[in-house]
Amino acid sequence: MLRLPAFEHLRAESVRDAAGMLADHGGTARLLAGGTDLLAKMKRRQVMPDALVGIGHLAPLREVRVAPSGAAELGAAVTLAEALADRRLAADQPGYLEAVGVVSSPALRNAGTIGGNLCVDTRCNYNDMTEEWRHAVGYCLKTGCGERCQVAASSPRCWAIFSSDTAPMAIALGATVVVWGAEGERELPLGTLYADDGKAHLQLGPAEILTALRLPARRGWRVAYEKLRRRSAVDFPLAGAAVALELDGDVVAACRLVLGAVASHPVELHDVAQALTGRRLDDEAIEEAATAGARLAKPLDNSDLNYVWRKRMVKVILERALRRAAGADRGRLR
Amino acid sequence: MRPPPPWAGRRLGTEPGDGDALSDGFQVVGKALPRLDALGKVTGATRYADDLSWPGTLACVLLRSPHPHARIVAVDTAAAAATKGVVAVLTGADLPVRYGAIATSQDEAALASDKVRYVGEPVVAVAAVDEVTAREATKKIAVDYEVLAPVSSIEQALLAPADEPIHEGTKGNIHRLAALEFGDVDEGFAVADVVREDVFFYEGSNHLAMEEHSATAIFADGQLTLWSSTQAPHNLHRVLAKVLDLPMTRVRVVATPHGGGFGGKVDPAAHEVVVSKLAVLTGRPVKCTLSREEVFYNHRGRHPALMWVRTGAARDGQITAMHFRVALDGGALASLGAATTYYTGALQPATYDIPAYRFEACRVFTNKAPCGPKRGHGTPQPRFALEIHLDKLAEDLGMDPVALRRCNYVRPQSRTVNWLRITSCGIEEVTEKVLAASGFATRSRRVGHGQGFAVSAYLCGAGFPMYPSQLPHSEVGLKVDRGGVTVFCGATDIGQGSDTVLATVVAEELGLDRADVRVVTADTGLTPVDLGSYSSRVTFMAGNAAIDAARKIRTLLLEEAARTSGLLAHELRVGDGRFGPLSFEQAVEAAEERHGALSASGSYAPPPGISGEFRGSAVGPGPAYTYSAAVVDLDADPTTGEVLVHKVWVAHDIGRLLNPVLVRGQMDGNVYMALAEALMESQTYRKDLLHHPSVLEYKTPLATDMPAIEHLYVETIDPEGPYGAKEVGQGPFLPVVPAVVSAIHDALGVWVDEVPVTPEKILRALDARDRGALGRAGPKRFPAVPFPPCIKVEPPHAATARV
Ligand SMILES: Cc1cc2nc3c(=O)[nH]c(=O)nc-3n(C[C@H](O)[C@H](O)[C@H](O)COP(=O)(O)OP(=O)(O)OC[C@H]3O[C@@H](n4cnc5c(N)ncnc54)[C@H](O)[C@@H]3O)c2cc1C
Repeated sequence: MLRLPAFEHLRAESVRDAAGMLADHGGTARLLAGGTDLLAKMKRRQVMPDALVGIGHLAPLREVRVAPSGAAELGAAVTLAEALADRRLAADQPGYLEAVGVVSSPALRNAGTIGGNLCVDTRCNYNDMTEEWRHAVGYCLKTGCGERCQVAASSPRCWAIFSSDTAPMAIALGATVVVWGAEGERELPLGTLYADDGKAHLQLGPAEILTALRLPARRGWRVAYEKLRRRSAVDFPLAGAAVALELDGDVVAACRLVLGAVASHPVELHDVAQALTGRRLDDEAIEEAATAGARLAKPLDNSDLNYVWRKRMVKVILERALRRAAGADRGRLR
Repeated sequence: MRPPPPWAGRRLGTEPGDGDALSDGFQVVGKALPRLDALGKVTGATRYADDLSWPGTLACVLLRSPHPHARIVAVDTAAAAATKGVVAVLTGADLPVRYGAIATSQDEAALASDKVRYVGEPVVAVAAVDEVTAREATKKIAVDYEVLAPVSSIEQALLAPADEPIHEGTKGNIHRLAALEFGDVDEGFAVADVVREDVFFYEGSNHLAMEEHSATAIFADGQLTLWSSTQAPHNLHRVLAKVLDLPMTRVRVVATPHGGGFGGKVDPAAHEVVVSKLAVLTGRPVKCTLSREEVFYNHRGRHPALMWVRTGAARDGQITAMHFRVALDGGALASLGAATTYYTGALQPATYDIPAYRFEACRVFTNKAPCGPKRGHGTPQPRFALEIHLDKLAEDLGMDPVALRRCNYVRPQSRTVNWLRITSCGIEEVTEKVLAASGFATRSRRVGHGQGFAVSAYLCGAGFPMYPSQLPHSEVGLKVDRGGVTVFCGATDIGQGSDTVLATVVAEELGLDRADVRVVTADTGLTPVDLGSYSSRVTFMAGNAAIDAARKIRTLLLEEAARTSGLLAHELRVGDGRFGPLSFEQAVEAAEERHGALSASGSYAPPPGISGEFRGSAVGPGPAYTYSAAVVDLDADPTTGEVLVHKVWVAHDIGRLLNPVLVRGQMDGNVYMALAEALMESQTYRKDLLHHPSVLEYKTPLATDMPAIEHLYVETIDPEGPYGAKEVGQGPFLPVVPAVVSAIHDALGVWVDEVPVTPEKILRALDARDRGALGRAGPKRFPAVPFPPCIKVEPPHAATARV
């Protein structure tokens, strides 16, 4: 069995307290929410924080609020299972819950939080390995003393993949997040939380805490999240396609498309969405959008299955998500 | 030649007491009853190897090689040894004696000394007061390696070695070559109307038992005791005596309850040898539990196999000749690979009546974790190739693939071209049942939906042991007295339920309830020898030995009952805790009064004459064969290449159903594991490192991926099996893999001649077809192998072919 390294566990009394603890440790402490991502990485010695600051119990982070309009605010420490069980969210934020529902397995959804899912570390099968394995391969840019990227040897950057299921959908829905830091609270569009760098994918300071996810009212919008994965549970996405659009008759009035697990950050397809807006959502428009969108996905050989196949599938799932949003239901096999 | 001993293949009859008393048929056998250990398993009460601990137990951690192939120049353990809390450090120099699972392949060292041959090979062992201390100390060990070029593939292994070969004394990197010919194959091809050739590849995979290996050793009062999750405690006992230079009388191996074996715990493992040595040196209990990644390094799993097969047939479908070639990637060690090599060719003629058969096999060494025995040992790969090849041959002949197979089926009571003795044989019945239940002939036809059919054969226990000997393969002791009934047997319950089977047959013979029979197994200090849980041998062999022992006590008790009642034994009824007028307890007391202590022993070895007499003839023969057929129903998505299996029908010729609950469980496990190999599992390498050394990355189907399974039983009541029973641990695995691939062809019209079938391979085959090429994905060619000239074996004459 892989064992956890030694660390100090700190129990914060408030968000302010937690931020203080993070600041005191100057970057060597980490927030611990559900721990489903962090603890596994610690067992593999990918991250070795001196201290973990527990925030899962903080009442303000555990609330779900849904306004009469359908707009919702979820505290960062709400578990994925709690979000799924919330009837108000089921009625008013079905797109978000669709993505939440395909995260991993029931056991992990019971522990994992919605905030942890947005902040989840990037993944790479050259890096998500034990210390011994990484030693044998010669380490990489992301952790350890590696001098090069194992998947793209000549590249100066890390290509680890951002594999959250909920982030692409939340971005497609126009979500914002609330971040608490030394200067107080700030609200930012979720998309801007992410940077295109597998090694440092979050634009968060070392003492900043994501406290809430805000989902705007999207009643009447058409939403769909298509997840490509090998098995019917547990697996991270091999690619994800999130679609949120508003139709005016059969013409697209507003639209956001986001791909997941094809890069170090969620890839928002601005131009493709723009090209769709004002158009009739017919077979031809969907096909064109899917083709154009898939062009922006550049999977590498650092995840499961053949990467050429994954690239080809991006078009398929984007097309399927669009078709589903358009009402021409065409589900995948699983 | 000495006459065979009485226990070799003795027929004990197919009903309780072999009809020695009045009978209402079976009382326990055949009933759907839960396993005796079920509650402990589901409540967590069962104590597995890693649950055991003694005060003062030292933790052992192994430092493993980071290189696939390197010479060890120097090992400096001084700093580790000097670390506070470290009690002992071992290197290869401390364990110089080589060992191996089979007598002819003694090429393993518990710790590498001259060089390392695969990533993960153990080099140094540290024993310390706790695991953290031991692990930290391994980081202070300096090993100076001179890196050598690794051999990464079958093709590369067949070339003249660029560097030094992986093992000394081998021809290049070839471990084994075999070439056998039965009958006149050239003539068979010459008279054929149609001849077809195909090439296939079957990827390697790990057993993926849920329980990782664990072992604890104690050396006290001159006796070494090892508790380990081993499938073959007797073999391990022999290996430890050899490596530690202790007499067999000073070593005891206890196999703990298993969280799965599947062949992964048959070979003696490095950590078992190391903790034993450390216990002897330190006088303290020493324990080592492998991590999942270490289990992948220890491996001994399915061999990757490249195969080429050529078959000739007459217009009517009669096979006239077959030529089968295989090249196995053995990884870095021999393991049971010599047997694996022959197994890849042995059972083709056990399903189909092939009049002339040539078999050429080669096993190579590569710098990868060693391959070995995994469920189906060497037969799933050729079964996959053979069944798909026959589907294609049927297409060439314009024949229905089921009809082609049927006109070539072996017959009961016959002798195959390679001298295997077939007795009971339900191949027709399993075919009939599975076709009827699945509606295969009238299946719906739409693009993306398909069904596939395949059949197979497997043996009920290896006819020959892993070391040459004339001794029993299974021995049972039975103690019966005022205090109750205890059965002792070396057999290991690896989760298949063999303890329950032993209790069942003893209860049946003695007219008792299963709960009245205590079972003590798999402890070489307490239990008579059984060779181990492998090759589907335990129910057949230990079951027969247990009946043999129980029958002797039954006879004594019947005598007492007859004497008391003045009736003949044949007039008495045994069962429900009674022997005629006497209760079981009264009968026992009367017998004890007359004879003193009551105990009986039983033995079993396969009968003579079940094999031919040629080099390699020891692999393949068993005392009986089971037959299985499967139909798989699935959807395959032509856009993504994804496959969703809806349902699997498996029909199995079990001989006799001793307990439907156990049989069903084995069939489920077989279907799961076969689907895993057909669609997902692959122990592959990238940059000479394991691609998937964790259970998140190494994909196997989840509970939510499992299709519906319909279990169909055929009872052929084997004349030599315990009450006519055969095996179910491995047989039903075999037809499922080809049935999946055949169903994909049925759905999409393309062949994927390589498992696991991944979505990408399906799309590759579809793309090829769309380009106007052959709609196929798979290996292009079989490599050039320096096979020796075939040993020509005269097939049995028509007269001797009937047995
Ligand atoms: C086997 C397995 C399968 C998985 N499958 C999926 C999947 O299919 N889809 C998917 O999306 N994820 C998957 N995951 C990842 C993970 O379980 C989920 O993303 C989960 O939601 C993470 O939440 P958590 O609360 O457990 O995060 P934690 O592990 O507690 O934290 C994750 C990271 O985020 C940081 N963090 C946590 N909360 C905050 C906060 N409020 N502010 C700032 N930083 C914070 C932590 O410091 C840590 O670095 C899987 C994990 C495993 C082990």
